[in-house]
Amino acid sequence: MTHTVQQTAAEAFRSRPLTPLQRVQRVLHRHPAISPLVVLIGAVIVFALINDRFLQPANLSLILQQVSIIGALAVGQTLIVLTAGIDLSVGAIMIFVAMVMGTLAGEAGVPGVLAFLVGMVVGALAGLLNGVLVSVWKLPPFIVTLGTLGIFTALALLMSGGRAIRGDQLGGFLTWTSTTFAVGPFQLTVGVVLVLVLYAVGAYALSQTAWGRHVYAVGDDPAAARLAGIRTTRVLLSVYITAGVIFALSAWVLIGRVGAATTNSAVDANLDSITAVVIGGTSLFGGRGGLIGTLIGALIVGVFRNGLALARVDVLWQTLAIGVLIIAAVSLDQWIRRAGAQR
Amino acid sequence: MREQQRPVLSARGLVKTYGAVVAIDGVDLDLYAGEVLAVIGDNGAGKSTLIKCLTGAEVPDVGTIRVDGNEVRFRRPQDAQEVGIETVYQQLSLAPALDIASNVFLGRERRRPGILGSVFRMLDHAGMRKEAAEKVDSLGIRTLQDITQVVETLSGGQRQAVAVARATAFGSRVVVLDEPTAALGVRETSQVLDVIRELKARGLGVILISHNMPNVFEVADRIQIQRLGRRAGVITPESHTPAEAVAIMTGAVTVDDEEETGDEA
Ligand SMILES: Nc1ncnc2c1ncn2[C@@H]1O[C@H](COP(=O)(O)OP(=O)(O)OP(=O)(O)O)[C@@H](O)[C@H]1O
Ligand SMILES: [Mg+2]
Repeated sequence: MTHTVQQTAAEAFRSRPLTPLQRVQRVLHRHPAISPLVVLIGAVIVFALINDRFLQPANLSLILQQVSIIGALAVGQTLIVLTAGIDLSVGAIMIFVAMVMGTLAGEAGVPGVLAFLVGMVVGALAGLLNGVLVSVWKLPPFIVTLGTLGIFTALALLMSGGRAIRGDQLGGFLTWTSTTFAVGPFQLTVGVVLVLVLYAVGAYALSQTAWGRHVYAVGDDPAAARLAGIRTTRVLLSVYITAGVIFALSAWVLIGRVGAATTNSAVDANLDSITAVVIGGTSLFGGRGGLIGTLIGALIVGVFRNGLALARVDVLWQTLAIGVLIIAAVSLDQWIRRAGAQR
Repeated sequence: MREQQRPVLSARGLVKTYGAVVAIDGVDLDLYAGEVLAVIGDNGAGKSTLIKCLTGAEVPDVGTIRVDGNEVRFRRPQDAQEVGIETVYQQLSLAPALDIASNVFLGRERRRPGILGSVFRMLDHAGMRKEAAEKVDSLGIRTLQDITQVVETLSGGQRQAVAVARATAFGSRVVVLDEPTAALGVRETSQVLDVIRELKARGLGVILISHNMPNVFEVADRIQIQRLGRRAGVITPESHTPAEAVAIMTGAVTVDDEEETGDEA
């Protein structure tokens, strides 16, 4: 009976002292949005000091409009990355859907709302295609979406024949996302608001619904999620279809922002959406991160490009800076993950 | 006594192969309500494979499974859960990045009452945390204080406690535990044994896989011995000593498998 108050070995191990660095690691591990937020605030301060035009409402409004397309795509990309996937076809799906909407409304004379709805269905089907290949056929997401990147890019080009469909041919509904309105000193567009709504709804679904828990669980450890009683294939399919719908909504934002349906815009969107997700602290290994981080990540990309441009830094240096950011973000993620491994 | 009773869970002739490896080779098993059936055997004897087949984690190649006399075909763990069979798998089915409460309720999350739950699908985080805390507390893991702690940050034993809490909280017919105390301290182990006796008292059937002979002989009503993918025999703590059980397990002694039954459909 002398042993009753002794700790077990496991308990002693648990209560070992931590160094300050380990504490930081643990905090970041629990709240992955903190590190990108620090980067964003730091960047805003630096760019505001370099150029006093940076913080003016007109410029901040411009940044929001500039990041709206990548920001929209990054919502769907985040869902997919949370399941330990990756989608290289996001931009291709968006442009393909934009051409479907544009061709129907601008050339076939279909009412804008109907063209929009057809576009949404096409986006969902594109997501379904990726989802079936990944979750049912169990192919690696990287390879699947590399393939569908080619397929949808080609389909969009075949459909457009190289021509752009101008905004005045598209009708009011499809270009409604370009409508601007003032909120205090800021000029917002309907497209920007739509993107913010996407973030709000997505963040709610991820944090407050059972579906959100399941997305994290499947990305974290699919075998464990299955043993816990989660229909993993269904969750994956739902993620890819939802993402497809989001990419179709991104097409609507794109048409408004460009003022036309064209295959020549947003060609870098695939990689930029991944950049926003990664900088935002969502782990490419799945199961960790979220939309708040991605929103911050997209804003970081926008702030860097805009701020460096205002500081008259060459576009190539902007690209280089973003590249450095990506590697820094992934390194940080690895370091934070070690907190999990060391326990 | 048992002859008139119908097993709550029974299996006949289960076979499961992985390519050239025969994991279980025609195994029978009967589990009655209100009893603890221990399954013992050497490493690789097919214990985990057997209970995976019983709980939907694997689909057996051959063989039938009955729940309360009705034949079932589990295709996934969810199917078994739906008829009240809960399992702690050896490799623990926890999501490392989710907190303890989310893990306890993983796959059967509870929604808020009213429109928030029905229309907005909002989870009842507070309610689930409270209930998860009660379930985990009942296992008496002293170092587990914060139910919102991420499972990844728990020690191996604490994780095991979370998995046990989940299975015992939701099992309504059968609870299957595959080495649930392997990483637990002495005190925690005895808590889990208490929980097993409590489940038994509530009339559930419990299958316990363990390498710990004293534990097995302390808590089990019957002991099924697996050897090389087959059932080597079923004994009771009264009829055999631990040393005899080990002898059967290693093949030094053979017993007539008195429970060797035909298909008692
Ligand atoms: N997924 C799998 N793929 C291939 N072989 C497997 C698989 N799972 C189990 N086996 C094989 O089946 C046999 C039985 O394994 P099982 O895990 O059921 O043993 P066990 O009795 O639970 O052992 P332990 O006491 O070590 O947990 C072993 O030979 C193992 O190598
Ligand atoms: Mg095993």
